[in-house]
Amino acid sequence: MAFDAAFLLPYDFSPLTILAYMAVLALYGIAILKLGPGERPGVVRIIAFLLGVLLCYAVMQTRYDYYAQYMFFIHRGQHLILHHLGPVLIALSNPLPVIRFWHARLPSSAALLLAPLNMIYRVLQQPVIAAVLFVGLIYFWLWPAVHFDAMLSRNLYWVMNWSMLIDGLLFWWLILDPRRPQKGRTLSYGMRNLMLVLVAIPQIALGAWIAFSRGTIYDVYAVCGRAWPMAAETDQFIGGVLTWVPPAMMSIIGILLVLRFMAVHSRADDHYRAVAGHQPDATNPVT
Amino acid sequence: MRCQKRFFAAASAALAVTLLSGCGSSEPSFHAKDISGLMPELSYSLTNSKGEPASASDYEGQVRAMFFGFTNCPDVCPTTMAELNKAVKAMPDDKQDDMTVLFVSVDPERDTPEKLAQYTNFFGDRIVGMTGPEASLRDLAKRYRTTFGYGEPNEEGNYDVSHSGAIYVFDEQGKARLLMRSDLTPEQMAADFEALMTEAG
Repeated sequence: MAFDAAFLLPYDFSPLTILAYMAVLALYGIAILKLGPGERPGVVRIIAFLLGVLLCYAVMQTRYDYYAQYMFFIHRGQHLILHHLGPVLIALSNPLPVIRFWHARLPSSAALLLAPLNMIYRVLQQPVIAAVLFVGLIYFWLWPAVHFDAMLSRNLYWVMNWSMLIDGLLFWWLILDPRRPQKGRTLSYGMRNLMLVLVAIPQIALGAWIAFSRGTIYDVYAVCGRAWPMAAETDQFIGGVLTWVPPAMMSIIGILLVLRFMAVHSRADDHYRAVAGHQPDATNPVT
Repeated sequence: MRCQKRFFAAASAALAVTLLSGCGSSEPSFHAKDISGLMPELSYSLTNSKGEPASASDYEGQVRAMFFGFTNCPDVCPTTMAELNKAVKAMPDDKQDDMTVLFVSVDPERDTPEKLAQYTNFFGDRIVGMTGPEASLRDLAKRYRTTFGYGEPNEEGNYDVSHSGAIYVFDEQGKARLLMRSDLTPEQMAADFEALMTEAG
């Protein structure tokens, strides 16, 4: 079967979205080229970052977005990428060297402008707020009345998708921050794992409820028409399963990754203590 | 430190309230869903059942109910057209002339202007049919956040068409105002159409 290149074109062209992705890729690329060999992320990390960004772009600005607007289960796949998979890959790529590179080049006046943003960031990264926001956004956009309006209004639809992506990045960066736990800066491993368990439970409950509901919960897809003829209950069942199983699996993968961070840092601590008899640098990330 | 904790507790509570407050709905004044501000005003460029160009200015100053369907539709379209006709007939005589039902066929391959005219005339005199090239229909559907799709043809060449089951209602200024689902009765539809006319004065 021939590949239809038109699939790569946006269904709903959004200049702001394309500009945002181009800016991210340009800033990342320039920093990668200019960083010294000691600081530059390895090939696997670069690939993880690019894959995460491209996946998010693909579900927002290709023909995939058309199917996501008119099939519930494809919409759930879209949010699985925007809220989970894409941000996990980006967080795992550990873009800290790139952020530090640009931070060092910011003019001193920018610090004043960025101060409010920094404060908002710190509030949003409080564990309770981050977990409530992560699950709350899923419930909010899947609340039938809200979901109905979001699928009908072009503006609300963009707000929904961008809010899922930004929140996904914030949450998974909090969880997968490769720096050692440090009071007031990075979360303890126990807190990270607790958050992963706590956010998985409501997602499992919601997904199971959607999958096994007998009536139609999201009638907007019947109201607006589906991308191709498919029974409403089949669409809803697959969508429910996608809300339930893969996010739960992402929490398990997250826990395994956090356990790996713990093991790596613990081994490094033992090594430092044995060889040099001093404490390791607290900002040293897992590599 | 205690202050900071209190601040974060308050922020958490505010966040939860903000998220939950969006779930409440304002008091409805129509039987149908109010979509004011959610969608753009009525605009299309199609061909009517006489084979002439059709645009939103054709029935300017009237309340218009737009429905996407196809004449080979076995259930949803004939039921909706019959109910819309009942709704129009349920309105006072002087108001019926200020109301037009737009039946947009999303199956231009099979729905010729003649077939469309035959179909809409069967259901009522306030119903007009229109269609156009698939690209124009796709643009119109996209404008109103809807779509349609074609199933695989069977041995006789017949195929299913998935389409919107909703009626988009535009007021006399052409603004998108209501979205009617199939659960409304003709009397409720008529009441909403009249309410839109009365609102305009």
